[in-house]
Amino acid sequence: MDAKEIYARLEKQFPGKVSDFKGDVSEPYLIVDAESIIEVCLFLRDQPGLLFEVLSDLTAVDWPKVEQIQVVYHLFSYSQKHQIVLKVNLPRDNPKVATAEEVWKVANWFEREVYDLFGVIFEGHSDLRRIMLPEDWVGHPLRKDYVEQEEYDGMSTQRAPLVEKLLR
Amino acid sequence: MKPLINSLPETVFTTKVDDLLNWGRASSQWYMLFGLACCAIELMQTGGPRADLDRFGAVPRATPRQSDLMIVAGTLTYKMAKRTKLLYDQMPDPKYVISMGSCSNCGGLFQLAYSVCKGVDKIVPVDVYVPGCPPRPEALTEGLLRIQDKMMHERWLVKPSRPAEDAAQA
Repeated sequence: MDAKEIYARLEKQFPGKVSDFKGDVSEPYLIVDAESIIEVCLFLRDQPGLLFEVLSDLTAVDWPKVEQIQVVYHLFSYSQKHQIVLKVNLPRDNPKVATAEEVWKVANWFEREVYDLFGVIFEGHSDLRRIMLPEDWVGHPLRKDYVEQEEYDGMSTQRAPLVEKLLR
Repeated sequence: MKPLINSLPETVFTTKVDDLLNWGRASSQWYMLFGLACCAIELMQTGGPRADLDRFGAVPRATPRQSDLMIVAGTLTYKMAKRTKLLYDQMPDPKYVISMGSCSNCGGLFQLAYSVCKGVDKIVPVDVYVPGCPPRPEALTEGLLRIQDKMMHERWLVKPSRPAEDAAQA
């Protein structure tokens, strides 16, 4: 099934909840309402003909100009050999979305990563901790306005500029 | 009966105790297995049959408590830097550190990243810096030989007297 047909089925099932389909790119995507993302995911996973068994990636993009953080779901179906990308727009100052853990188990670690680097809160997540950075890290580094701390745990994060070092 | 002194010139030779101890230490540097990134691949090559660190008596140990030498091979993140300090503190004195490759020298290619430590010398004292990205096994072998040089020039029994002690005795 190609992406246009998938979008048509979603539009029929969830009128007004899905929008902005873009099909002329290498990985076609559509925008889903933040409130209905789990229903859409369950529908895509379970409906005959769709059967997206795999969440191959879950990531996020920071858009400071439009004050949004966009959570991106890459879905793939091994049995149907088709794929689709879902995007959810969240407000930048309070990004919260329901966890997809109940739909695909693998979302657990993906969501921890997005929480770690972007600070998106996944409501209902069973274990929302940092996954890569140390537990006592300050801030979420992949946000565009992230400011590096002067030091971490007594270690300086600063480095003299190379020219100064050579002149010394 | 002939006296024993100087009767066996081919099999007996004299040396300083310090030199003997240093020769023993320099010829048995046990280094800790501590690969952090791609430099670890070159470290393995250096331990392998072609470069063969073993011919200098350097063998890998899997625990810091049996190691004399730490070869920091690879990109050091802040998360790992804390562990590196812990491992260094567990090594028995006298201990030595080789910083292998650009990343552990200064952060290297990744020095602008938020998570990468700008040089292992911010955490532990470093004896020899080996440049390269990654250094060839020959370069690391050279680094090990520099450590041997350093060991051979250290004095343990006859330490140079310090000015403060002289003043106290006078």
